[in-house]
Amino acid sequence: MIASTDPPPGRPGHVPRRIHLAAHFPGVNNTTVWTDPRSGSQIDFASFQHLARTAERGKFDFFFLAEGLRLRELKGRIHDLDVVGRPEALTVLAALAAVTERLGLAGTVNATFNEPYELARRLATVDHLSDGRAAWNVVTTSDAFTGENFRRGGYLDRADRYTRAAEFVRLARELWDSWQPDAIAANPEPGVFVRPDGIGTIDHQGRHFTIAGQFTLPRSPQGHPVIIQAGDSDEGREFAAATADVVFSRHGTLDEGRAFYADVKGRLARHGREPDDLKIMPAATFALGDTEEEAAENAAEIRRHQVSPQTAIAYLEQVWGRDMSAYDPEGPLPDIEPDTDGEVSQGRVRLDDRLAIAAKWRALAEERRLSIRELVIEVTGRQSFVGTPETVAGRIDAFVQAAAADGFILVPHLTPGGLDDFVDRVVPILQERGVFRAEYTGTTLRDHLGLAVPGAAA
Amino acid sequence: MTGAPLHLAVALDAAGWHPAAWRDPVARPRELFTAGYWAKLVGEAERGLIDFVTIEDALGLQSSRPDGPDGRLDLVRGRFDAVLLAARLAPLTSAIGLVPTATTTHTEPFHVAIGIATLDHVSGGRAGWRAQVSARASDAAHFGRRTFPEVTPETIGEHQGHIAGLLAEAADAVEVARRLWDSWEDDAEIRDVATGRFVDRDRLHYIDFTGSRFSVKGPSITPRPPQGQPVVTALAHARPAQEFAAGSADVVYVTPHDREQARSVVAELRSLPRAGEPLKIFADLVVFLDGDTGRAVERRTRLDELDGAEFASDAAVFAGTAEDLADLLLDWAQTGIQGYRLRPGVVPHDLKGITRGLTSALRRRGVFRDAYEADTLRGLLGLPRPAGRHRRASTS
Repeated sequence: MIASTDPPPGRPGHVPRRIHLAAHFPGVNNTTVWTDPRSGSQIDFASFQHLARTAERGKFDFFFLAEGLRLRELKGRIHDLDVVGRPEALTVLAALAAVTERLGLAGTVNATFNEPYELARRLATVDHLSDGRAAWNVVTTSDAFTGENFRRGGYLDRADRYTRAAEFVRLARELWDSWQPDAIAANPEPGVFVRPDGIGTIDHQGRHFTIAGQFTLPRSPQGHPVIIQAGDSDEGREFAAATADVVFSRHGTLDEGRAFYADVKGRLARHGREPDDLKIMPAATFALGDTEEEAAENAAEIRRHQVSPQTAIAYLEQVWGRDMSAYDPEGPLPDIEPDTDGEVSQGRVRLDDRLAIAAKWRALAEERRLSIRELVIEVTGRQSFVGTPETVAGRIDAFVQAAAADGFILVPHLTPGGLDDFVDRVVPILQERGVFRAEYTGTTLRDHLGLAVPGAAA
Repeated sequence: MTGAPLHLAVALDAAGWHPAAWRDPVARPRELFTAGYWAKLVGEAERGLIDFVTIEDALGLQSSRPDGPDGRLDLVRGRFDAVLLAARLAPLTSAIGLVPTATTTHTEPFHVAIGIATLDHVSGGRAGWRAQVSARASDAAHFGRRTFPEVTPETIGEHQGHIAGLLAEAADAVEVARRLWDSWEDDAEIRDVATGRFVDRDRLHYIDFTGSRFSVKGPSITPRPPQGQPVVTALAHARPAQEFAAGSADVVYVTPHDREQARSVVAELRSLPRAGEPLKIFADLVVFLDGDTGRAVERRTRLDELDGAEFASDAAVFAGTAEDLADLLLDWAQTGIQGYRLRPGVVPHDLKGITRGLTSALRRRGVFRDAYEADTLRGLLGLPRPAGRHRRASTS
């Protein structure tokens, strides 16, 4: 079922593009503010339930959980300044399926440290248990650091990451397709549970996987759980165009968004796909206020929480590649140059070209007379949308109408109440504009995203 | 209660443990792959004040052969991932323990450990794990990482080394899980605004496990579960598996067929090396329960006719009344059996026979609870919450 597109009020003849929204559970980086008194548990099920139910109240497309399979380290020790600790993603999603009815449930699961048969089974299980609401954000890891927690062990060559992911997803889909839609007869007389030829056989020999046998689950309600992919590189874009249903991208300017959107959507035809077969949803943060001034103040206050004095120093150390703990975070940037060979962080994205970054920062700090902490606040992660509910709704809508995105994956800064204001104040405005659903029109995540059920049209 | 309390678990699998159970008029075979089906079963078990349910699982299709598919179309085929099914049931229940099966053979010990820890978090401390090995060559072919010999009844004697290796690996997997569960001390999360620290990293510990099949560095990514250590359980028919259970599990399921076998299996288990809390010994029985014995036997016979074979099980099979079953369970309990994991022949019929008939009969005999006395699975089983292996080091 495809979501209906009612014409918007007051604009006869013009059907605006519909916005898709997802809710990212606050993660284990400094976007998540834990020093605020309203910050709740990052692990109690009640927190997951609150955020998911809030998203469902707001008629969001899906709820999103990230993953990280090793605690991050800085200077050879566990990084202790940000939120640490999270659950196994699919297990939480299965539990959330019991306390939500329509909301899509998306989990990030690593294709490097899982095997296709087992993961395809787990994803199909979530799809069955949620009546068709499961999604898988496919990520790959190449580092030996994370590999130390796994049988498979260390290193996957970077060049092999996408070939492994592509073969993994192809194989998962083969497994999901291996039971005929009507494989189960469950007919007590004359005693036919499985129809003849109802369960197909897999015999796969590929570069990364060799698998033979039969799958253990009937075809799930969505046929294939929704595939999400994040990745900005050319390879990542090509993988998304060939494979994904949703791209989880980085948020940038309107022009950057339009260029990315046109590029990725332009690749679809080569894979025999239509532009609407893939939704592009950048991550976005936000800060709201009754007035623009109040919103700006709230945004600045959130940034100060996100960049504590200790976090500012830790951030500097990642660029400088050395211990900077002797410097005053409220004081000026030190004169020393980065150690280009030093590596202080593990388990997080590396910063390239440190000397250039350091030079740029130094110029900015001198020009604006910024302390270390003020500088880090300035150069990292400003909120994507800051303003009154009206202006935030307007800018989100503008991005979608300008074909810079199909919607956004919102990343609240607070657990579990960080989405409350957005749902209470921004969503109704989007609904009034006729660009966001007032009610769910379907039951599965594919329905919400306007994606066809695989194989159903053929 | 007047006597030593008996613990009761129910083993859930498809439409029940008789192969033809799905063809019984009370069965709902078309609902097997819906959450609602399982919610009704576990709800019934919780109304009956059962200690916990187990959920069967495997990394391959059910088969009547020891290894490989049997091609039979007249039997239930297909299963959910049991850990995820248990998680789906957790918010719908509030007191009953949830003990899914998870295989140790082809899975990543890290993933299993955080999955069970997460089940404990989402259930508020009601998680267990039935750890199971997968010896089948056909299951190994689903992963393509190892080649196993095909196990047949005729050649099983030649595969003792293979089985022993899998059990040693299972012991390593449980050890990794236990170390990961303890790798966060209970008070590791400090949220100290003054120093900007969310956790005290001195209360997070690498586990540095190295075994013959895998190494795991740790710490866990998941904070310590509410129970500290979720309850680990294992089925053991004979020696190498009994050693695994005695060395690694909190609860073992055994399969005596009479009182004498119960006595000897208890004695054997108690003679095995064991550290920490004594092992809880549960006996498995398949049960067909009715108001009179004749009807129960007749029902079982009718199912046998549908299946075309007399029902056989690794566990003892009881067909009769709840009163007679209660007497049998109390009799075996004299040998040191502390609880029973009952496998209903047909659900929901025999499940209700347990939750309504048997529990009442046991209550009249003063050996079964009137209400849940604890809100964690450890609490129900009378197992203390472990302080954690690193606890003393950091507080002294």
